[in-house]
Amino acid sequence: MKLLTLNFLTCAIKTCKTSPSSFPLHPQDAELEIVESDVNMAFLRNILPRLMWEELRGITRELGLPELPETAPAAEDLGEPSQVAKDLHRLLLETSIREGKLVCGNCGHEYAVKEGIANFLLPGHLV
Amino acid sequence: MLPTPSTSHVDFDRVYEPAEDSYLLLDTLSSADETAFLHDRFDAASKQPSSSPLVVEVGVGSGVVLAFVAANAEIIFGRHDVLTLGTDINSFACQAASKTIHNAVKSAQTSIFLDVVNSDLASSLRPHTIDLLIFNPPYVPTRLPDFSRHDSYNDLPAGQTSTTFEQDSYLLELAYAGGIDGMEVTNRMLEQIPQILSFDRGVAYLLLCAQNKPEKVKQCVRDWGTGWKAETIGTSGKKAGWERLQIVKMWQQKN
Repeated sequence: MKLLTLNFLTCAIKTCKTSPSSFPLHPQDAELEIVESDVNMAFLRNILPRLMWEELRGITRELGLPELPETAPAAEDLGEPSQVAKDLHRLLLETSIREGKLVCGNCGHEYAVKEGIANFLLPGHLV
Repeated sequence: MLPTPSTSHVDFDRVYEPAEDSYLLLDTLSSADETAFLHDRFDAASKQPSSSPLVVEVGVGSGVVLAFVAANAEIIFGRHDVLTLGTDINSFACQAASKTIHNAVKSAQTSIFLDVVNSDLASSLRPHTIDLLIFNPPYVPTRLPDFSRHDSYNDLPAGQTSTTFEQDSYLLELAYAGGIDGMEVTNRMLEQIPQILSFDRGVAYLLLCAQNKPEKVKQCVRDWGTGWKAETIGTSGKKAGWERLQIVKMWQQKN
């Protein structure tokens, strides 16, 4: 599961949705892998406005990855492609969680990731 | 005609096999009218590109529909910075669809495939993030399966390398059984749609059969509030059988 996917996910429990701490989900005991792919420059430029940068910084810190700068890069910084672009590509699209869990910061519920697929199904009493 | 993505690796004993409903979605999403609508909605011609659109298919099954959108993003949206993400309640479908979509996206310049997550509808998605939602629901008016078995049936039996017959039947039931009027699952999805579509450009494509009472569904969408539109934009099933299909597009028009 790509780290960029975490930018769009939240706790599946209804009552958590309104709580700011239900996003982002926090990776724990994560086994990471790198799955290489080519850079798509248009995508890197146009995803910038959608990135929740502060939360992304938190996730990279929790995963023990190199610290991200305080502010997101600007489209001009990405070049054709610059090192900044290559690093961002590696972080968002090539760094993947193979095994581990994702934990809600609000309710503490743990979602398992197995073979790269996160399981957000809830036991009956939580639906 | 655009090619249909390959699903030859998918085990159709436990994952829904592409059928007339899937193909109606492919034809409709790539029709001249819809590509024109989507080019306009996602600023294909603009010099100042908008942010990358997020396409989510709920209940991807074999992945054939999302793979088709991912492989043809340039034709459908007029841009190749489109993100695709799938969900399915069946973990075997998640694995299969992930492969289908991965294989269909030939290069990084085609579009960006994120992941398929094992989820109930779109319940794991952040509110107001989905720009294009596709849903081919379990629409057959027949009793819903007994979900209490889901946990044990969603994985290989302990120590086994294959699924059981009962398990496969259950997993396929999830893909077609829609409960009363075939609408029990779709109604839960409809309730989520105003909360998960993006504010300014969200649009959803929903497949319905005649027994789902499509006119009632469209009226329900229009009643969500100002600017909400719902139109039938594609139909099939000319044999007038019990499964006449249609695709309803729903979106909010600003001003």
